[in-house]
Amino acid sequence: MEATLPILILAIPLFMFLLLGLLGNKMSHKMAGILGTAGMGVTLVLAYITAFTYFFSGNPDFVSAEGQHLQYVVFNVDWLQFYKDLVIRIGFLLDPISALLLVVITTISFMVHLYSNGYMRDHHGVYERGFQRFYAFLALFSFSMLGLVVATNIFQMYIFWELVGASSYLLIGFYYIKPSAVSASKKAFIVTRFADLGFLIGILILSYYTGTFNFTDLTSSAVADSSNVFAVNIATSEHIRNIFASSAAPVFMGGSVLTWALVLIFMGGMGKSAMLPLHIWLPDAMEGPTPVSALIHAATMVVAGVYLVARLFPLYLMEETALVIITVVGAITAFYAAMVACTQVDIKRVLAFSTISQIAFMMVSLGVARPEIHEGLGYMASMFHLFTHAMFKALLFLGAGALIHAIGSNDYTEMHGLRKYMPITHITFLIGCLAIAGIIPFSGFFSKDEILSSCMGYNWVAYVWMSLVAGLTAFYMFRLYFLIFWWKEHPVREGHHAPHDQPWTMSVPLIFLAAVSVVAGFVPFGNLVSWNGEPYDFMKHFNWNVATVSLVVAIIGIGIAMVMYRKENPLPDKMQRAFPALWRWCFHRFYWDELYQFITHKIIFARVCRPIAWFDRHVIDGTMDGFAIVTNKVSWAIRGLQSGRVQMYVWIYLIGALLLGTVTAVCLL
Amino acid sequence: MDYSQFLAMKQEICLLVVFLLVFLNDTFLPRRSQDSLGWITCVLFALFTAFGFCPHVWNTSDAVFAGMYVSTPAVATIKNILNVGVLIVLIQSLKWANSEVQLVRRGEFYELVLITLLGMYFMVSARHFLLFFIGLETASLPLAALVAFDKHRYESTEAAVKYVLTAVFSSAIFLMGISLVYGISGSLYFSQIGVAVDITSGTGLIALVIALGFVMAGIGFKLSLVPFHLWTADVYQGAPTSVTSYLSVISKGSAAFAFLVILWQVFGAVYPEAWGWMLYALIILTITVGNLFAIRQKNLKRFLAFSSVSQAGYIMLGIMAYPHTIGIASLMFYILVYIFSNLAAFGVIGAIENNTGKVWMQDYNGLYKTNPRLAFTMMLAMFSLAGIPPFAGFFSKFFIFTGALSVGTTAIYVLVLIALINTIVSLYYYLLVVKAMFISEEPSTIATFRSAFSERLALWVCVAGIIGLGIVSFFYDSIIAVA
Repeated sequence: MEATLPILILAIPLFMFLLLGLLGNKMSHKMAGILGTAGMGVTLVLAYITAFTYFFSGNPDFVSAEGQHLQYVVFNVDWLQFYKDLVIRIGFLLDPISALLLVVITTISFMVHLYSNGYMRDHHGVYERGFQRFYAFLALFSFSMLGLVVATNIFQMYIFWELVGASSYLLIGFYYIKPSAVSASKKAFIVTRFADLGFLIGILILSYYTGTFNFTDLTSSAVADSSNVFAVNIATSEHIRNIFASSAAPVFMGGSVLTWALVLIFMGGMGKSAMLPLHIWLPDAMEGPTPVSALIHAATMVVAGVYLVARLFPLYLMEETALVIITVVGAITAFYAAMVACTQVDIKRVLAFSTISQIAFMMVSLGVARPEIHEGLGYMASMFHLFTHAMFKALLFLGAGALIHAIGSNDYTEMHGLRKYMPITHITFLIGCLAIAGIIPFSGFFSKDEILSSCMGYNWVAYVWMSLVAGLTAFYMFRLYFLIFWWKEHPVREGHHAPHDQPWTMSVPLIFLAAVSVVAGFVPFGNLVSWNGEPYDFMKHFNWNVATVSLVVAIIGIGIAMVMYRKENPLPDKMQRAFPALWRWCFHRFYWDELYQFITHKIIFARVCRPIAWFDRHVIDGTMDGFAIVTNKVSWAIRGLQSGRVQMYVWIYLIGALLLGTVTAVCLL
Repeated sequence: MDYSQFLAMKQEICLLVVFLLVFLNDTFLPRRSQDSLGWITCVLFALFTAFGFCPHVWNTSDAVFAGMYVSTPAVATIKNILNVGVLIVLIQSLKWANSEVQLVRRGEFYELVLITLLGMYFMVSARHFLLFFIGLETASLPLAALVAFDKHRYESTEAAVKYVLTAVFSSAIFLMGISLVYGISGSLYFSQIGVAVDITSGTGLIALVIALGFVMAGIGFKLSLVPFHLWTADVYQGAPTSVTSYLSVISKGSAAFAFLVILWQVFGAVYPEAWGWMLYALIILTITVGNLFAIRQKNLKRFLAFSSVSQAGYIMLGIMAYPHTIGIASLMFYILVYIFSNLAAFGVIGAIENNTGKVWMQDYNGLYKTNPRLAFTMMLAMFSLAGIPPFAGFFSKFFIFTGALSVGTTAIYVLVLIALINTIVSLYYYLLVVKAMFISEEPSTIATFRSAFSERLALWVCVAGIIGLGIVSFFYDSIIAVA
């Protein structure tokens, strides 16, 4: 494959960022919006062409004779060469998951670019302040995210990983005059950076022992045309296992080095994907503009953690411990976030917790994926859920954005009964809710069902637990739906006109994403993405019992929500009073933020940082000041040497030359 | 004699042709058609620079005249690097050379620059002390004329006198050193001196060490190594800014490379411990003393003089690491980056001096408000000289430290540590300039002005270099490849 298209996929968003960032203020708002959207549109087309070529062209570079998808490095240039063995490369890797993510990212990003043309102005069509900056940051984010997914090596991934973190920081803090937005952006940055510290250490350990950064070396064999990738993978795994099992590889605190490396790398993923206990930044990140939440904090950046684990999956397969940790963290997070989502008032917070819970689904699915359990169904299911979730969650967020735009508040208590006023938003939001709840034939049903089948194959605890969470998901989503669109008549206040549907720039993305959410389940996903690249026949592993049970659970969840919230009634208040403690804990997100506040302020700041600060101010600064004073004094004292008299210069020159020779001679002989 | 041997000197011959064209143009064309002389020189020199990058020019290895003159890819590359620097200097000085006071003798400026460059070519290509000495003198004496170029200015004349006196003295010392070497070994060929001297026998050791000291002093003069640097500040301050920038980067760059060649090819096998320790001491002295003096300079040209003294110390670190490829590569890369950073600084200073006549630090207070682009360029130059990432200066320092550390002895670790501490000191005075320009609240004494096209062109090139050289790995990789 020619490298032109892939380079353009990365270059166009970068160029748009520079163009809008440097010259944005010189052009009109409208121009900036159109340019940004058009640039993303072209990127979308190029990414689609690339992905479709990869999946369907049948080129022997991409797919073997047996129909197995191969990893293909489009280009890989040396970027920084320290010495022969330590080279950092920048490249473009095409394989099923990167092609999949190319499609997901460009689709959602384009929709968000389009949608923001309408969202980022008020009802009179006046553009928000910093409109061009907003588009510049969106382009920067798209560039970074695309660079992340196509990384050929773990170091390139790390670079772009930090870049998405930085652009997320910039976009969360877009309304930088709002103190809450500023603190939210700081929180997001610090928490994810903290997690990335683990990631970096993990990278260093891993590459130190394996001697490579490249994914292709780490996860599969260079012999790409081998007929049986399964065997090849095992062979490389054997090779890496040998490296770690050799006597040179030390054991640290009971875990092998590989375990530690993988767990630390997963820690980076936990930060980005908001897994417990590093989830606290994501709900606050909702301070950013809603299209940003849809793009970054629902569909793309937050799944980077899942993508990371999927990328290194052959390595994770070698370490049972790491996979168990992933499963447990994911399962706890999924349940926790679902519980919290049941009580939140702010509709974006509900969606944020729902995102955390859904990503945890993907994590669990990866954690329980084994080649021997339904031939690695979990891996495929996880990626499938990533795809469908990106679509329906972006839809829900954009729908929520339309509501917020119309009402001017994030609070469902200000909404109620909107179905009459905003029919398009209503229908599309309903489709999103049905999809996430897992109602057949919407896309969420298929991906979630596969995750549950995979859990079932792993063990029954995981299965029951995740089914319960799926039921909760249906409940809280429909609680939200009914509270927004039903409950009671919408209170149209005096002097305000009635809320209405949005301009076409906002409706088109909603309708498109809703359509995708309806049909995406029928994509023969197993043919495209599977853990070893071989086509995967899902129907062979389809479990009618699991499907039925998950459908029933979802319907029960929706039913309960319907009873409680369809019409205004005292039942919710009664429930709240019946379990006051449980409700309070859920409402306050199990006091995680307070716990962090306590640990950081009372323990770290007061007990650790203050003494360090004292040490820094007095000892370190004192030493530095001392250096400065001495430097100054010496500098003053020797100024006489530079007298301006040329006789003196020559004297010093001669003495210097003689001393140089004689002192050395005396010392050495 | 086989005259085809001259064909090995491709770059020298072409440079000579450029020089002759400029010279004939200056001498025989009518005076009124000479306003374009500067641009003609620049275009000719640009063509010549481009010529140097043709693969069949640089990618050849030759040794002619019984090995007196060699040409290798590394030598050709350092010449190319110097060419780029000279081109920038020429463009930068167009406006100054075309000004009223210089009108009668502006051709001489270009001719002297080109002829000194020819001398430097021989310095880096010579593998025989006699040829080297001729190159050295060719590169030194015309410089005195250049320093005195502003004849009407008292400082310029004084600087030239100081330069001539010290240069002559250092040449004498250097000749003394060469004579001693010849006395010990009976040869002036770099390759034969090492063979002829046998230090195990113990005879002539003291003479050898003294000779080493003299040779190092002679080249240390060109490099402004402490304690042979005392002329630097006065000359840099007194000379016209274009000449100062030429002195500080081109002259220094060629001498650094020649120094490396002499130390390793002549004395590398003979007595590396002796000159290793001498160089060690010189590096520490140079970096530290240069910094200490730079701290309290108020005149920007004087300030950059001391900053360039201490930068020379960093360049010498590359010599320490020479046995590894990274040593010579990092030295050349450092020179390249240093050319761009220092020329950016001198370009700004020159532009401001030409337009307003101001060269003092306090004049720069609040420059950002009146001339933001110049202030910004100056900031980039300061950041790059101080070695702040992601600018090129960071990478050049990084590579030169990496190279030195690859030697791996405790003494080298100490040396690099001292160099690192000095980096912090240098950060202080580089940031003083930035602080004056950006933070100082005082109203600027420099009015807003638009600099000439030539000055802006040169500055754009420098800014592109400062930003691009570090990030685009192509440059460093190519240098590694020829090293």
